[in-house]
Amino acid sequence: MSLTEIPPVTSGPVVIPRDRTWWQRHGTTTTVWLVRVALVAVFLALWEIAADRWIDITFISRPSDIVSRLGDWVGDGTLWTNTWITVQEIVYGFSLGAAAGVLVGFVLASLNFLYRVLDPFMMALYAIPKVALAPLFIVWFGIGMHMKVLLAAATVFFLVFVNTAAGVREVDRGLVDAVRLMGGNRWHVVRKVVLPSSMTGVLTGLKVAVPYALIGAVIGELVASNRGLGYLINDAALAVRHRRRVRDARRVERHRRGAERRGEPDRQAGQPMEADR
Amino acid sequence: MTAVLRVDGLSKQFAKDDAAIVALRDFSLTIEEGTFVTVLGRSGCGKSTMLNLLAGLAEPTTGTVRYRAETLAGPHVEIGYLTQSDTLMPWRDVQRNVEMPLEIRGVPTARRREQAADLIRRVGLVGFEKHYPRELSGGMRRRASLARMLAGKPETLLMDEPFGALDAQLRTELQEELLRLWQGSGQTVVFVTHDIEEALLLGDRVVVLGSLGRIVLDREIDLPRPREVDTLRVDPAFVALHGELASALKGEVS
Repeated sequence: MSLTEIPPVTSGPVVIPRDRTWWQRHGTTTTVWLVRVALVAVFLALWEIAADRWIDITFISRPSDIVSRLGDWVGDGTLWTNTWITVQEIVYGFSLGAAAGVLVGFVLASLNFLYRVLDPFMMALYAIPKVALAPLFIVWFGIGMHMKVLLAAATVFFLVFVNTAAGVREVDRGLVDAVRLMGGNRWHVVRKVVLPSSMTGVLTGLKVAVPYALIGAVIGELVASNRGLGYLINDAALAVRHRRRVRDARRVERHRRGAERRGEPDRQAGQPMEADR
Repeated sequence: MTAVLRVDGLSKQFAKDDAAIVALRDFSLTIEEGTFVTVLGRSGCGKSTMLNLLAGLAEPTTGTVRYRAETLAGPHVEIGYLTQSDTLMPWRDVQRNVEMPLEIRGVPTARRREQAADLIRRVGLVGFEKHYPRELSGGMRRRASLARMLAGKPETLLMDEPFGALDAQLRTELQEELLRLWQGSGQTVVFVTHDIEEALLLGDRVVVLGSLGRIVLDREIDLPRPREVDTLRVDPAFVALHGELASALKGEVS
């Protein structure tokens, strides 16, 4: 008889099924979603009311105006073509940065000596605001799509790298020893402990990096481009500024004419009523 | 009887900055095949260090550990080690945790599924195959760990206060289970504990360790098996042994 040929033990907890209604199953989730939708609706409604009533519409626009402008862009295809460009930049940038970040994170964190040597340098590079690199990237890679992809990738890389390395370095020694005791070799340790255990770190890194890929790409477009969402934003912002100039000029003109009619001397000619920004 | 584990002049130091902490000094012990040896000692006497060395997880500073004929250079598949803390993989359910040693050994899926299911039944975890370690109670995690260790079919088992963190009731239950599982299996067990009662209940032989792994007492326990906690407590032979071990532990203090 060996250790494994013994009758079973009949103690321990018991599992019983739970009978739950639809609301008991999904109630909390449904409420959370309803509150979210309500919050967005209230915000948009307040904005719509406030625009041009309490706050100058030049500064905050209006949801209905935004919807109609988006409608125009959707109609003539401007939005899709530009979004597609930006999406491509994000996807390429994210994939590139994430792949490099995971790879470098795993390799460096596994090689203790190298990690200790390079850690402060990586942190220094991480601390650089990637936006500040945009002009340099233009010099290196031109103003085409490459520049935006690489800017997004540079942002994503560090976030993924830092989280992956932390994940790998925090692997429980006990779990590694457990695999060694089972007769596992280095490869088993990597595949069965280090990889799954560091997944939390990797996933956190990937998750926080997604918006940064967007930021990287859009910043790249804002700095220099003629297509993409960043370009669209920049273009629209210029249009606002332009509109505001025209409006200010008109006010000055009106004021001057009124003064002329009242026979006042032309004191304010050439002086705008409001400074342009 | 043949010796399974033979330890000679074992020392272990841990370097800490410019100092070295000595955990074990000149420790020698021989474990015979098929016996249940309990190692009794206060916390910090080097019990866990000794077990880590026997398991091949740590490297001795001096001295050797020999498993049968060979000198141990790392973990050995014939030696199972149940550590003090749980080392179940948190991302694997009970079934997949128990299968793990078989997986590493390259046992085909169908066969390891079957063997794991059998072991889970034996340790009383039926119905919890799909549960993750965090969803189990401390006692159930211990059972799962035990099942996982047994899945590797080791011939020597090292156990480091495996039931230390459990309540008294559950500890008694698991001790009895362990004895039932071990009896007649022919396996060798080295069981480390700080609990005199546990040492007497389980062991064929009790080794009492003093500081730095000095052997204070090495004694055969001839209490008849099967042993039961409740009847044993009032047994005069047990009481006498209890006193002897207690004074050995105490004598070490002064």
